[in-house]
Amino acid sequence: MTLNSNLLAPHTPTSREELWRFTPLAKLRGLHDLDVALSSRVSLGTSQTQAGVTLTIVDSLDAPQTSTTDDLVSMRVRELATKVLRVEISANTEVSAPIFLTRSVESLDPEVSRTEIRLGANSRATIVVENIGSMTLAEEIEIHLETGSNLTFVSLQEWENDAVHLGHHHAIIGKDATFTSTVITLGGTLVRLLPTVEYAGAGASAELSGIYFATSGQHLEHRIHVDHNLAHAKSRVNYKGALSGDKARTVWFGDVYIRANAEGTDTYEVNRNLLLSDGARADSVPNLEIETGEIVGAGHASTTGRFDDEQLFYLESRGIPANIARQLVIRGFFLEIVSKLGLPEIEERVMNRIEAELEKASV
Amino acid sequence: MSTLEIKNLQVAVSTDEGMKQILRGVDLTIKSGETHAIMGPNGSGKSTLAYSIAGHPKYTITGGSVFLDGADVLEMSVDERAKAGLFLAMQYPVEVPGVSVSNFLRTAATAIRGEAPKVRTWVGEVKEAMAALNMDPAFAERSVNEGFSGGEKKRHEILQMELLKPKIAILDETDSGLDVDALRIVSEGVNRVKDSNDIGVMLITHYTRILRYIKPDFVHVFAAGRIVEEGGAELADKLEEKGYAEYISA
Ligand SMILES: Nc1ncnc2c1ncn2[C@@H]1O[C@H](COP(=O)(O)OP(=O)(O)O)[C@@H](O)[C@H]1O
Ligand SMILES: [Mg+2]
Repeated sequence: MTLNSNLLAPHTPTSREELWRFTPLAKLRGLHDLDVALSSRVSLGTSQTQAGVTLTIVDSLDAPQTSTTDDLVSMRVRELATKVLRVEISANTEVSAPIFLTRSVESLDPEVSRTEIRLGANSRATIVVENIGSMTLAEEIEIHLETGSNLTFVSLQEWENDAVHLGHHHAIIGKDATFTSTVITLGGTLVRLLPTVEYAGAGASAELSGIYFATSGQHLEHRIHVDHNLAHAKSRVNYKGALSGDKARTVWFGDVYIRANAEGTDTYEVNRNLLLSDGARADSVPNLEIETGEIVGAGHASTTGRFDDEQLFYLESRGIPANIARQLVIRGFFLEIVSKLGLPEIEERVMNRIEAELEKASV
Repeated sequence: MSTLEIKNLQVAVSTDEGMKQILRGVDLTIKSGETHAIMGPNGSGKSTLAYSIAGHPKYTITGGSVFLDGADVLEMSVDERAKAGLFLAMQYPVEVPGVSVSNFLRTAATAIRGEAPKVRTWVGEVKEAMAALNMDPAFAERSVNEGFSGGEKKRHEILQMELLKPKIAILDETDSGLDVDALRIVSEGVNRVKDSNDIGVMLITHYTRILRYIKPDFVHVFAAGRIVEEGGAELADKLEEKGYAEYISA
């Protein structure tokens, strides 16, 4: 299942297909359905201006993709998007303040959106995509990191409860470039994201982390794909999820593919899920395919379980009441990833939202 | 003046083969200012005694009673026991990822004291207590016990005891895994808390070496789930010489 191997013909996916068998297609409002018309709109934008950052809206014909995809919805996005938001960071520029790209649509009519992010050689930036409000969205973000560049990319799913969001975020990481991505999925009734990575030069590095918290009725799906298509690249994948409430549902796939020519690959992936109540279900499938033994390291881990009684006992034995002990453990579980962002404002926002959700779920 | 009164305590754990009786009638009374050493071979049930008093859910009380100043400890939840004045320094302190030591200590102190400590005095209090235990201030920002060495974990336990000021402290093999310097620092910490707060101490240990630093008033020999011999500090010297052999065969 590599990115290039099955360039299948566009069609409406069914739940009999491996890539779609976990997704409740009926809830997609036609995003996947070739018989349903989707409108095209550049729904991301920013009010900021910063030196070294250029935003333009270009015709899709002037922004052809350089990657292939086997995701049927991404194919639709590519076909139907008429305009593309292009974000460019000038070479040799360090953009100090985070760039916030925010959705500004309040409509549940299904629509597509395309974004292109380009980091010039030896540039450095932080880009935060804020998905807020209510939408039925299929989107693709293609990210190019030129030699020696460094991007911290945050995709925040802070949707209202009725949002449906299918997304494909593909990074092409150049020589000695570093891509650090954090996906935070809290809102939406159905969110299915595909963070994918390929490499364009040795010394390239990808750090893909994420958190998700599903409460009653939410389906949150993340399918990571790292294609070690050349030698001496590095990847780290670390996703953590919690589930609470009846029919809370998460799906996590981590496909790491080390090709025959990818000597010196260094990769490790881990997914941890915390089940906070009965009736919730988490699927976790790490998958490592290795075609060469000449690597630095490759490993994976996956756990799904309830609270650690020993942790709770330890905290309670210090006088901390059981409910506060549970909150501390959950907070800590997520904070391990969120605090690494180095963005205190986002950290506080995300932790507040998690706390509010926990309160509602009365964990 | 506080009194912890353990009477005929019987405790079992559930195993794959069914319930297994571990404590077979423990009687022990500890008062403020007293230090009781509990000494016994591995597997004799010392940790079971400590955990049962603290309320670990794994252990089932099958008989007997535990009272602290007349209040029924076995009826209390785990956090209520701590608020009542019990403290357990664990043999194997637990790692809690993502929860910083400073947040943990403050949350615990708030719970035990019934109100949040004043920020300004609190920071100083923690710093001072850490310095006294030779702990790097950087520990405050690390996750609870995560990546701590054995000795660092034990110091962290005593730090908590110092800040939470219990009435009765149970120290479960606080000496194990410590080198001589760490043993001295940790012991001094225990003595400091003992002297300034007049607490009662149950000092569980396998070896006599910690008793050179923390002087016991009473020594109880523990074997097969009960106290089999009692005496003063001189009993420890006998154990040092002869070991536990006579108690195990008994
Ligand atoms: N959860 C458990 N399941 C089975 N056996 C246990 C469990 N916990 C303790 N035990 C057994 O109880 C006995 C006493 O253990 P413990 O209290 O840890 O002894 P000590 O602290 O004196 O070394 C041992 O034989 C131990 O194997
Ligand atoms: Mg023990």
